[in-house]
Amino acid sequence: MSEAALIPALSPEEVAEIEAEISHLPDRQSAAIDALMIVQKHRGWVSDESLSAIASLIGMSTAELDGVATFYNLIYRQPVGRHVISMCDSVSCYVMGADGLAKDLEAKLGIRFGETTADERFTLLPIVCLGACDKAPTMQIDEDLIENVSADKLDDIFEKYA
Amino acid sequence: MATFTVDGKHYEAVEGTNLLQAILSQSLDLPYFCWHPAMGSVGACRQCAVIQYQDAEDERGRLTMACMTDVQDGMIVSVESAHAKDFRASVIEWLMENHPHDCPVCEEGGECHLQDMTVMTGHSVRRYRDKKRTWENQDLGPFIGHEMNRCITCYRCVRFYQDYAGGKDLGAFGSRDRMFFGRVEDGVLESEFAGNLVEVCPTGVFTDKPFAQHYTRKWDLQSAASICPGCSVGCNTFASERYGELRRVHNRYHNDLNKYFICDRGRFGSHFVNSQKRIRHAAIKSDDGVFEYGDVNAALTRALENLRSDDVVGIGSPRASVEANHALRQLVGEENFCRGLSESERVVTDQACSILMKGGFRVPSVSEVEDADVTFVIGEDISNTAPRIALAIRQATRNVTYEMAKTANIPLWQDAGVRGHAQHERNPLYIAASNTTRLDDIAEATVNATSDGVAQIALQIASQISGVSHENAFVQSVAEALLAAERPLLVTGTSSSDSNVLNASAAIAWALRANGKEAALAIVGSEANTFNAVVTCEGVTLSDALTRMADGARAVILENDIYRRAPADVVDRALSGTGGLIALDVLENDTVAKASVVLPAASYAEQTGTFVNYETRAQRFYQVFQPENDILPSWRWLSSLASRIGRTDASWATVDEVTRSALAALPGIDATLEELAPTKDFRIEGDHRIARQTHRYSGRTAMDADVSVHEPKAPVDNETPYSFSMEGQNPGDQNGSVIPYSWSPGWNSNQSIFKFQDEVNGDLLGRSGGKRLFDVPSEPDVELDKEFDFSVTGVTRSATGGLVPFPVHDVFGSDELSAQSWPVAKRSKGPYVLIHPTDASALNAIPGTGVRSEALVGSFEVVLDERVQTGFVGVSVGLNGRTEIPDEGIELVVDPEFEPRQLGDKRVIAKS
Amino acid sequence: MSLLDTKPLTGRVEEVGGPVFLADYEAGGGYVAARKAIGQMTPSEVIDEVKDSNLRGRGGAGFPTGTKWGFVPPGPSPDGGVKYLVCNGDEMEPGTFKDRWLISNNPHSLIEGMLIGAYAIGATKAYVFLRGEYFEPKAKLAKAIDEAQAAGYLGNGLFGTDFDLDLRIHSSGGRYICGEETALLNALEGKRAQPRNKPPFPPASGAWGRPTIVNNVETYCNVPSIIEKGADWYRDLGLTEDAGTKIYGVSGRVNKPGLWELPIGTTIREIIEEHADGMQDGYHLRGLLPGGASTDFLVEEHFDLAMDYGTIQAAGSRMGTGTMILMDDSICPVDMSRNLQHFFAQESCGFCTPCREGLPWIESLLLDIEEGRGQPGDLEILDQNAQYIGAPGNTFCLHATGAIEPLQSALKYFRDDFERHIVEGKCPYRTNGNA
Repeated sequence: MSEAALIPALSPEEVAEIEAEISHLPDRQSAAIDALMIVQKHRGWVSDESLSAIASLIGMSTAELDGVATFYNLIYRQPVGRHVISMCDSVSCYVMGADGLAKDLEAKLGIRFGETTADERFTLLPIVCLGACDKAPTMQIDEDLIENVSADKLDDIFEKYA
Repeated sequence: MATFTVDGKHYEAVEGTNLLQAILSQSLDLPYFCWHPAMGSVGACRQCAVIQYQDAEDERGRLTMACMTDVQDGMIVSVESAHAKDFRASVIEWLMENHPHDCPVCEEGGECHLQDMTVMTGHSVRRYRDKKRTWENQDLGPFIGHEMNRCITCYRCVRFYQDYAGGKDLGAFGSRDRMFFGRVEDGVLESEFAGNLVEVCPTGVFTDKPFAQHYTRKWDLQSAASICPGCSVGCNTFASERYGELRRVHNRYHNDLNKYFICDRGRFGSHFVNSQKRIRHAAIKSDDGVFEYGDVNAALTRALENLRSDDVVGIGSPRASVEANHALRQLVGEENFCRGLSESERVVTDQACSILMKGGFRVPSVSEVEDADVTFVIGEDISNTAPRIALAIRQATRNVTYEMAKTANIPLWQDAGVRGHAQHERNPLYIAASNTTRLDDIAEATVNATSDGVAQIALQIASQISGVSHENAFVQSVAEALLAAERPLLVTGTSSSDSNVLNASAAIAWALRANGKEAALAIVGSEANTFNAVVTCEGVTLSDALTRMADGARAVILENDIYRRAPADVVDRALSGTGGLIALDVLENDTVAKASVVLPAASYAEQTGTFVNYETRAQRFYQVFQPENDILPSWRWLSSLASRIGRTDASWATVDEVTRSALAALPGIDATLEELAPTKDFRIEGDHRIARQTHRYSGRTAMDADVSVHEPKAPVDNETPYSFSMEGQNPGDQNGSVIPYSWSPGWNSNQSIFKFQDEVNGDLLGRSGGKRLFDVPSEPDVELDKEFDFSVTGVTRSATGGLVPFPVHDVFGSDELSAQSWPVAKRSKGPYVLIHPTDASALNAIPGTGVRSEALVGSFEVVLDERVQTGFVGVSVGLNGRTEIPDEGIELVVDPEFEPRQLGDKRVIAKS
Repeated sequence: MSLLDTKPLTGRVEEVGGPVFLADYEAGGGYVAARKAIGQMTPSEVIDEVKDSNLRGRGGAGFPTGTKWGFVPPGPSPDGGVKYLVCNGDEMEPGTFKDRWLISNNPHSLIEGMLIGAYAIGATKAYVFLRGEYFEPKAKLAKAIDEAQAAGYLGNGLFGTDFDLDLRIHSSGGRYICGEETALLNALEGKRAQPRNKPPFPPASGAWGRPTIVNNVETYCNVPSIIEKGADWYRDLGLTEDAGTKIYGVSGRVNKPGLWELPIGTTIREIIEEHADGMQDGYHLRGLLPGGASTDFLVEEHFDLAMDYGTIQAAGSRMGTGTMILMDDSICPVDMSRNLQHFFAQESCGFCTPCREGLPWIESLLLDIEEGRGQPGDLEILDQNAQYIGAPGNTFCLHATGAIEPLQSALKYFRDDFERHIVEGKCPYRTNGNA
C-alpha cells in the first residue's frame, strides 16, 4: 500500500481546526474557504480525497466545494513544492522592473511560472500586488514577504528555504 | 397596471414585472441568454441591453439590462436604438471569441439559441485574432453529451441543475475566461432531470446523446404534440421522427403540468419504439409452437375463431390508451373485461379512484403543487414514481423565500438576490418513507416506516389534527405545520400497493377539512393510464380472469405482460389452460411468447389516443409518424375484428369516434372530445392542416431513394388535424396546444415557446390541452365520513421469518416500456435490495455484492440504506422483469456468483 | 500639541516608533472614544457625529460613511436576527499598500473603529476580511484582538453596558474581486466571490441575508478620533472641502517611495516632490495613476491638483485609495497598459460577458501592439471595447469599469505611443529586444 493511501483525507487535527472555524459561523458551509486553507496549511495543497472529505464534513457537495476551491488563487488543487515562490507581477513591481526579474527567476530555477523544480524544492507562481509597493519588486516565499528583490540577491534569498 | 413605451409604442404590464419578460410577453424580439422563464434573472450575459430614457425629453438615455430592470409606469425604453443594438452585437462578438465554428457538425445546429441570437444581433465579422480556448470534455453517461468548447458561460446549466433541481454533481469551476461546467470527474450525471440541460443550455454544450447518434436537424424531424407514457403525471412532449424511427422527445409547455421541464425517463425512455423487440408483423403460432409471421388475414382468421367462443375474457392495460381499453371492453363485454391490474394494484387503484371521486378533495395540478406552503409526502418515493411532481415539491419549499424577498423589496425575478437573502429558509416538507428519497435533502423532518407503518403515522397525524394528542414528535410537528398552513399539500400514491396509505392520507385531508383547511391531495399512479381505471368498470378481476383461462377460456390480452401482474405459476397455469390467446402488444414479452395469435400494436408515437393522468386529466397524444409493416393501433385491430363479426357497437372508423364512445360510456362524466383536444376536423385559419414537417424539411424526394427512386406519396391523415407533410401551417397564435414543434421566425430553438404563450409563463394561446374528468366539487360532501372508511385495516406485511420485503421503484428501469429504451437500459441499475447496514452485516452481505432468495427471481445487488428499518428489505421493482413483491418475510443468502452491473457509457462525443 | 491632533491614524505609531499594541495604544488615549460612544452616546448620536465629520470611505469609492451606517435599520431586528459589521481588509488594488501598514502598525485603532461602528449599527458580530497573503498583519491583528478581548474591549457587556461584540478574522482565499463589497460577502459565506446585484444593498440584506456594513480598514481607523475630538475638528483637518487626513502613498521611480498621513487635499506635486523626495536621477515623470490600478492616468497638467475626491474626479480620474503609481519616461505606456489589463483579465470573476471575454481580448490586442503585430483598426477596437465595457452598468459590477479607466486615459494621453507601435511594427521603448 502506498504511503499516500495510509494518510487519511482529513486528520483529526484538521477536523478540529475546521470545527473551530465553523463554531464562529452561522452555518457549516460558510467555513468552506477556511477549511480548504486549513487543509492546505497542513498538506501544501488540497487533493481530491481531501476535497471530498471536507465537503462531507461541512455538508456541501463535492462539486460545489470544488467550484469554490477553483475560484480562489491561493487554493492549490495540484501538488506544489516544499516552498512556494509567489512573485508579484502587478503594476508597481512592473514599473520597478518585475518583468526582467521574472525572467531571471525562471532562469535561476530552471522552470517556468506554474511549474515546480525537479527536486520539488520550489514552485514558482505569479501573484497579484502584495501591498508593499514602496519596496518593489516584491515576492513572497511561503509566509515571508521579501522586498526590494533583485536578481543578484536571489541566491541569498533562496538559501533559507531548503 | 403600468404603461411602458418601447420604441414609441405603448404596452401594459403589471408594475414590477421584469422588463425583459414584459417585452417578450408582447411578442417583441429581444436577445437574451442567461434569463430563463422558470429561473428568473441573474444579469450574467448582458445580452438583453436596451436604452432606458429618463423622460420624454431625454434623447440620450442610458444602457440598461432589461432582465435586471423593473417595469415602472411611464417607463420609456428602446430596443431598436443604434447604441443598444451595437452593444448587443458586441456581446455576441465577445461570446464568439471562443465559440467554435462547428455548427455544421453540432447537434444543436438549426435549433441553437446562440445561432438565433447571433443572427438577430447582426454580428457576422470576426475581429478577434487570438486562439480559442479549448477543454477536455467529460463522459456524463448515456444521456448527455458534453462539448465544453461551445460554452458561452451563461450559468444556466448550473442554475438549473443545482439551484432548481437540487442536483449535487454538476458545478461551475474556475473563474475569469476559464469557466468549466461539468462534474468533478467523469461519470453519469446523477439527477433524473439532467436531460433538461439539453434544452436549458442555449447552445451545444449539453446535448441529447442518443439523438446525436444520428445527426438530425430539427427542421428534418416530423413531429407532433404528444403525452409522455412514462408515468401518471402526463407531461406534455414533442415527439419527433425521422426515417421511421422515433428520434427524440422534448418538453412541450403545459401551463398546469410540466411547464418547461420533464424528467429523464420521459426524455430518454421512448426509444423502446425503435427497439429490436418491436413486434412488427402479425403472427400465428403453428401446431409445433413456432410463430409464423406476416399473414395478417391468417392472424385475423385465427383471432376470429377464438372470439367466436362463448367464453372469452379481455385483459386490458394501464399502459394502453383509453381507446384501446374501451375497444376491448366493448368487444368482450363488460362482464368479461378486466382492466389488467394486479390484485394489489387493483385494490389500491380502486381506493385511489374512490377517494378522488367521493372525497371531494382538491387534486393539485403540478403548478398547484408548486404553490403549496406545507407539504407532506406519504409513503410514496415520488422522485422515482412521478419525478415531475418531486421537482415541483422542490419549488414549493422555496415559496417562503419569495415572501422574505417581498418584505425586503427584492424583486422576485432577481434569482440570486432572493436566494441569498433567504439563505437556508424553506417551507416545511415532511416525508414518511420506507427508504432514503431524493427529496430528503430539503425535508424539515423524515420518518422511516414501511407502508403500514406510514399509514399508522398518517392516521395519528389525522387524529392529532382532530385534537387527540400523540407523543410522536414527527406526528406533532406535521400536524402543527399542516394546521398552520395556508395551502397544505398531501402527496401519496399507489406504488406501495397499500391502500391503507391512501386511506390514512385521505383521513388527514378529512381532518384538515374539519378544521377549516382545504388540503390538496395528489395520488399518483404507477403508469401513464392507471387512472383510466376511473373511467372504466370491469366485470372480472385479474385473478378471476386467470382462473377462467386456466379452465380453458379464450383471452384477448391488450398491451400487458401479465407476468408483471401476477405470480408466475398462476400465469403459467392460465396460459397453458387457455383455449387460445390473442395478444396485442408493442414489444415482445413473456406473455406474447405464449399467445396463439399476435397482433403488432402501435406505440404511443404511432397512433392518436388518450391517457388519463393522476388528476384525471384526459389528454390527447397525436400520431407522430406512420408505422411500417403490419403495425396498427390496438383499438383498430380490435375494431376490425369486431366489424368482421358484425359487431357495429365495437367498431369505429376513426380514433375520434372511439374516444367519443369511451367518453359516452363513462358513468357520471360529462366531457366531450372537443373539450379534450382539437378533433380531426380542426383547421387553422384559412383551412390549413397542421404540418408535422417543418417548412424546410429536406430530402423528402430522396430519403427513400435507396429503395425506390419514385417519391412516395405522403400518407393521408384522416384522424387528426395534422398532415404527414410540409403542407399546412404551424398553428401559432391560434392554438398552442397542438403545435407539433416550437418554432417562430427568427426563433429556431425551444426558446420560441414564448411566442405561443399569452404572456411569458402564461397559458398557451388557445389554452393548454386536456380536461379533467372530475372537477373539484365546490361543496364537499358532509356525509363523507360516514361513507368512508378511513381506518387502517391491520398490518399487511409481517415478519414470519427473514426480512419483510417492500417494493422500491426506480425512475430508470421499473417502468416496463421505458426500461426497453436503450439509453434508459444503460442508465438502469441491475436488480438490487435496500437493506439496513445492521441487517446487511448479519447476512455477511457487503455493498456491491449479491444476494438471492427463493422467493425472488434472480440475484440482487446489496445497497445499504440507513433509512430502511431493520427487519425490512426494499426490493427493486421491475429491474428483473417482475413487479410482484412477496407478502411474507424472505430469507436472503449471499450469492457468490453475482456480478454487479456496470453503469455508464464510455463513449464520449468529442474529446479535444 | 500631540502628533495625534494632526495625524490621527499614524501619529501614535510615529510617537512609539513602531507597531502600537495595547499598552502604548491606551497610553495614547486608546479606547477612550469607544468608551465615550458606547457608554455615553446613543447609536444615532454616533452616526450623526460620523455624518457631520464628512468622513468618506477610504477604500476607493468615497461613499459617506455615516450615511451608509444610517441605511441599517436601527434598533434590534424585528425578527431578532443578528447584524454584521465587516472590515474590508482585502487590500488587492495594485499599487496600494496602506492597509497592510495600518493593520500591522496600529491594529487597535481598527478594532476601536469597528467597535464604535458596530455599536452605531447594532451589530454583535464583526469580521475583518483580510487578504490571505497578509500573514504578518494577520498575526499582529490577532494579537491585538486577544489583547482587546483580555482587556474587556471585545466580548460581552462592554464598558458596563449590555453591548456585545464578537470580532473574528477571515483570511481570504485570494481574489481581487473580494474587495468588491458584495463579492466579499459571498466569500465570507464560503462561496465563490461573485458580486451580488443591488438591491438588496448590504445594509438591508448583506452577510447571510442580514443587515451588514462593510468599510475599509482606513475608514474604521478614522472613527475613534472623530468620536473623541469631534466632527468639527475632523472636518478642519482637510485642506479642501473633504475632511480629515488621508494616507497617501507613492510607488515607482522616486527617491523615497512610501506612505504619509497628510491633510486631505495635499497636492500631487507636494506629495511627490516633498514627501517622496522627487524622481530618481535620469527619470522623468510622464503620468501617474492617482489611487491604484483602477484609476485614470493623470499627466503633467494635473500635478498641481489637490488630492481629494472632488478635484481628482473633476480631472477625469478618481482619488481611489490615494496611493499613486508613477509612470516614468522609461516605461512604455502600451506595455504598462498590457500589464494592467492582464491583471484585470486574470482577476475577472467570470460572471458577466463583457468583463470575462472583453478584457482578455483587450489584453491580447495590447500584447499584439506591444510586440509589433498591431494592425490598423486595432485602436478603434480598443476604443469601442473601452466604451462598451467601461460604462458603469454595462457590466455586472464595477471591476471592468475600473479596468477600463487606466486604458481609456492611456489611449487619450499616450495615443501617439500606441500609433507609433502600430506604424513602426515594434515597441520604440525596447532596445536590443529588452523593455
